[in-house]
Amino acid sequence: MAEDVLKSGNLPENPERATLEGRNKFMGFWFFLGGETVLFASLFGTYLALRNSNAEGPASEDIFGLGLVFIMTVLLLTSSLTSVYAMYHMKNNDFKKMQLWLGITVVLGLAFLGMEIYEFYHYVHGYEFGYTTSAFSSAFYTLVGFHGGHVAFGLLWIVSLMIRNAKRGLNLYNTPKFYIASLYWHFIDVVWVFIFTVVYLLGKVG
Amino acid sequence: MADHTNSVENTDKHEFYKKKHREQMKHQVVTFVMMIAFTLIAFGLVIAEVSAMFTIPIILVLAAVQVLFQLYYFMHMNEEGHQWPAVMIYSGIFAAVLTILALTTITWW
Repeated sequence: MAEDVLKSGNLPENPERATLEGRNKFMGFWFFLGGETVLFASLFGTYLALRNSNAEGPASEDIFGLGLVFIMTVLLLTSSLTSVYAMYHMKNNDFKKMQLWLGITVVLGLAFLGMEIYEFYHYVHGYEFGYTTSAFSSAFYTLVGFHGGHVAFGLLWIVSLMIRNAKRGLNLYNTPKFYIASLYWHFIDVVWVFIFTVVYLLGKVG
Repeated sequence: MADHTNSVENTDKHEFYKKKHREQMKHQVVTFVMMIAFTLIAFGLVIAEVSAMFTIPIILVLAAVQVLFQLYYFMHMNEEGHQWPAVMIYSGIFAAVLTILALTTITWW
């Protein structure tokens, strides 16, 4: 069986879990996501504890603009759906369509990241809201920046998978890789749901 | 290898799975529409400046439901063979809730 793994062709149902290596990756990745949840929780907890400590610097209701955040939310949510489409085509063994939808996911992710960079730039230069302005600003940039870093890493991950496997087609060796990359991308969206609720919406409500 | 019978069986299986995938896709599109709707409601409540006592619990619940949608439909936790993923993510959520409670209570009490 081992020599068949690199050949593409008829994939079984759930190709991402058909080999021992695939199952290990699947299980290990969920374990990692449990850990990531705790990591982000510590950043959220820090932010919640410090969000009113603005030390005469700008407060959350002064700087947050909901329009931009709404567009960012829709972009990331849509990119989550397009990566679901990619996995749909992966399960139907349609490599080209999977690559296409992954490509669209990457474009949406890049747009999200670009808007986040613009947002931070705007805060720093328009409001003098730097990383060291206040405990609130440090907690804000750490939490949202950490998420932005995850987005950047996820984009690099998906793009490298797409390039590395461009000529291989789908097989039992690379389907687990694509599958866990898409899980990671969904997890980024999970974290963003809490960021737009806890940071931006609660920041406006007070 | 009985190639002929195998290939007939395979196309049947193939069709069956394709249909199943299409069914899953439908659920996922519905999930997506619901998540967009929840997002609109959450932003709408805040922009309309509905009273904070009402808005805050609602948007937190909407976020929690969106995350469950994401986990169960987009990340396939509703499919079979996801017992261990559930154990891991719920342990993570358990520790996450403790962390947030601890960090917020030590500053506010």
